[in-house]
Parts: sequence; structure tokens; C-alpha cells
Amino acid sequence: MNTNNPITDMHLDVLKEIGNIGAAHAATSLSQLLGRKIDMHVPNVRLVSFDDMFEMAGGSEKIVAGIYLRIEGDLSGSMFFVLPIESANHFIQRLIGDESFHFNQHPIPEMGVSAMQELGNILSGSYLSALSDFTGLNIYPTVPSLSVDMVGAIVSFGLIEVSQYSDEVIVINTRIQEEDEDGSSSVDGHFFLMPDPPSYLTIFRSLGVL
Amino acid sequence: MQALKQVVRVGIADLNIAKVPETIRTSGLGSCVGVVLYDEKKKIAGLLHVMLPDSSLGKSDKINMAKFADTGIYALMEALKAEGVRPLALKAKIAGGAQMFQFGSSDTTRIGPRNVEAVKKELSRLSIPIVAEDTGGSSGRTIEFDPATSILSIRTVNAGTHEI
Repeated sequence: MNTNNPITDMHLDVLKEIGNIGAAHAATSLSQLLGRKIDMHVPNVRLVSFDDMFEMAGGSEKIVAGIYLRIEGDLSGSMFFVLPIESANHFIQRLIGDESFHFNQHPIPEMGVSAMQELGNILSGSYLSALSDFTGLNIYPTVPSLSVDMVGAIVSFGLIEVSQYSDEVIVINTRIQEEDEDGSSSVDGHFFLMPDPPSYLTIFRSLGVL
Repeated sequence: MQALKQVVRVGIADLNIAKVPETIRTSGLGSCVGVVLYDEKKKIAGLLHVMLPDSSLGKSDKINMAKFADTGIYALMEALKAEGVRPLALKAKIAGGAQMFQFGSSDTTRIGPRNVEAVKKELSRLSIPIVAEDTGGSSGRTIEFDPATSILSIRTVNAGTHEI
């Protein structure tokens, strides 16, 4: 299969399945870290245009805290952990026990940057180890890097590889939600996995759906 | 009463044209570069949102011309010509090409500066002068150009809005 071949719904369903396995592991790690129940699930896996990809993350101009990391090994691709500023503040305030912490500060206090990168490490680590166990592929994340900026500016960086092959990208979109006691959601973020097109083949072959 | 301004929106790896009283805008430029080509007298402008420096990087059969600096600037110039603009009347303003993250393969990390270099090279090849630029750095930009005034407004998260 070359990367110009159409991706079928069956392929996307398989990716959703492995995405959900990764998400379940990541949610467990995150819940333990924060001492709160965090829900993570994969609402959809879609082949979308780059502009639609930004919409999934809240719109091109929305300001978010974005953690970016590459995945390497038998697979290559990009991963983003995208939180709206308010959600990121909420997470980090709780994590470092400092209610005054805010990502709007410039420069961002080092403590918050480290905590956010550590969150990225833990999430991607648990997500990818589940993915690795399930597929039998060696997958490991690079060191995460943080940027607080517009969605378009952050996420487009992870589309550079894909854009050399296509104007569309397969996005495994994981929704991160935390339910408060009153039922409102104080955290609403996303975790995106975008394999590089040459890795599509590797994934499908490892799962026997080629 | 002032007429409501129509804003023409340009997506990523996309291009479009605006005429007075319209303005033209693209949002969330990171390593991408926004290239405005405009004719001051005719009050018409085209905007291109470049993602990659060179069409030789394209690894698929069909290419989207607006994705690359070389083919995109050419396509934008052709689109403006079709509107009756003479290439010699064209001037350029450019913005973007930031380095959003400090790691990755060296090629990808430097994609912002490489995009800017490629845009400048192509504009120079076509003898289109760059009147103003706001490139590099590590911040995302949203830009809007008004053909009536030839002013390019640039908004960043930390520095607010400024005009070039």
C-alpha cells in the first residue's frame, strides 16, 4: 500500500481501537497523578484537512498550552497534548500546589513549564507503552516541548512531515475530561496522535489489517 | 455609515484575493509564512499561507501549489494577473516563519527560517520588492491586510497588535 491509497473506515476503526487502549492507560496515570478521576477516550479517528485539524483543537486562533513531542522507533509521528489556557492553569495549579500560577505570565514560571512537560511525559509514556504492547512495535517518545500560543501556530509544526505527502492527516483524537462534583467539566483538553504517512503501513501490518 | 467590512479568510496551504472594501486575513501562522502581494493603485491584494519552502519536498503525485513557497507565489501572481494586475506593480509584505519549538530533526526545527528564505528567494527571482516584513522569533501570528491602506496588521499572543 502506498500512502496515496485510500484509507478505509475499517482502517480508521482499528486506529480508534488502539487509540482507546492508549487513552485508558494514560487516563489511569493522569488520575493517579492528580488524585482525581480523569476520563480519556477517543471520540473519533478521522482523515481531515489541516484547517479541520485546527478546528478539532479549538480553532486556529485559540490560545492553548501545547506540548509537542515526536515519536520514534518502528513508527514515526507527532503527538500533541493541547489544553485551553484555563484547563492548563487548573491542572498545573493542582499539580504544583500553587493557586497563583498562571500561563499568561510572561515568561512562564519555570516550575509550571517543568510540570507541564512532565505531564506530557507521563501521558505520552503511558499511551505509547500501551500502543507498543498491543502492536509489538518499538515506540518511544522524544523529550516534550511546551509552547503557549495559537492552535494554528503550534499544531501546524506537527503537520510539516505529513504535509510533504498529503493535504490531509489521520488524527487519532483523544478527549481529556475531568468531571467536578457538580458535573461541570473543569478540564477539557485533547491529545492528538498523527503518525507520519510512511508509518500507516507499519501500523496496519502490525495489526494484521493490511 | 461605514459599510461592514468583508474579511476574506485564507486557510493553511491556501491562497485568495481581496479587493477594496474587503480585507484579507490568515490566522495562526507559526513556522508558516504569510505572503501578501498587492497593487497599491488598484487596491487589490492576494494572500498566500506557505507551509513548506520548496515543491521538491512534495512526495505525492498531485501537488497543492499554495503549500510551497516557490509554486505558491507563482500561483498567487497568476491569480492577480487574471484580475488585471501587472506583475511590475506588485509589492510584497511578509510575516511568519517562527520557530515554535526548539527540538526535532534539524530540518523540521528550522522550517520557519527556511520558509522565509525560500519566500524571499522567489520574490527576488520575480523582482517583487519586499516593502515590510515581520519574520522569525518564536511566536505565532495572525495577520490581516487592508488593500485600501496597504497596511498589514499583525497580532501575537504576547505583544498585541502592530502594523507594518
